[in-house]
Amino acid sequence: MTASTTSSDSFSIAGRDYQSRLLVGTGKYKDMDETARAIAASGAEIVTIAVRRTNIGQNADEPNILDVLTPDRYTILPNTAGCYDVDSAVRTCRLARELLDGHKLVKLEVLGDQKTLFPDVLQTVEAAKILVADGFDVMVYTNDDPIVAKQLEEIGCVAVMPLAAPIGSGLGIRNRLNILTIVENATVPILVDAGVGTASDAAVAMELGCDGVLMNTAIAAAKDPVLMASAMRKGIEAGREAFLAGRMPAKRFASASSPIEGTFF
Amino acid sequence: MQIQLNGTPTTVPDATHMSGLIEHLGLTDRRLAVEVNRELVPRSRFAEHELKAGDTVEIIHAVGGG
Repeated sequence: MTASTTSSDSFSIAGRDYQSRLLVGTGKYKDMDETARAIAASGAEIVTIAVRRTNIGQNADEPNILDVLTPDRYTILPNTAGCYDVDSAVRTCRLARELLDGHKLVKLEVLGDQKTLFPDVLQTVEAAKILVADGFDVMVYTNDDPIVAKQLEEIGCVAVMPLAAPIGSGLGIRNRLNILTIVENATVPILVDAGVGTASDAAVAMELGCDGVLMNTAIAAAKDPVLMASAMRKGIEAGREAFLAGRMPAKRFASASSPIEGTFF
Repeated sequence: MQIQLNGTPTTVPDATHMSGLIEHLGLTDRRLAVEVNRELVPRSRFAEHELKAGDTVEIIHAVGGG
């Protein structure tokens, strides 16, 4: 694979092509300037946002995240973070669609409890059905469960996003074989979402054949978020190229790299 | 009359329209979305949507999130 063909290795979500397979969140940064610099360094084209109450009467001149990360430059992916039930997740998506002038792409997450932030799978499935029927393009956060991942695809979600590990934990991919099975079963893009800690974790996700990785804390909570964003970009690219290249089979014992023939000693 | 605005009891003039409330709050031309009593009110209907006493109004915007 040459550099030129690698650069055209795009993937598609809801009918739109993207060159970057790294999707990033915009939370937990020190300030708006650091957010913008880290996201520029990541090369991400899709960025998540959350939807919250406007501060009435406070900081009226404070820049909004969408003034810094403008919808004409980035694909804005509103999420339902903090939703623990179907109703609040659906309301959040409808508000986000209005906020973004009819933009249909959303990230659905319906959480189960505050300690693990694991998805409540039953309510996630229910919310996904409602949102798909309402015309949304749903990218859905779920467990690393191949059965549920396939069901979410069959409901009509445009991408399925199994967790690597709990949100914000930085533990890396806890169940590689399940992620592999999810990828092998899928006909929609599979993105690892949550739990990545460092660049090698992102590379592993891509080596397993994932279409992309969505992360936030691994970049924002690094000592140098801008440098980590760059590292993640490279980790994603390295993992993707290794996947496409097809790794050598692992073997238990050695295999000399230099020829035996022609030795003179 | 009193409404519940983003979780806070707030007094507004009777027969206030959504467009009037947004203007009063200094939020005109801001990128936001509004729910009244858990139902979305599109921007195109702000001018005609009249608030009633006891309404629960949520005005939301985008923030950083993962």
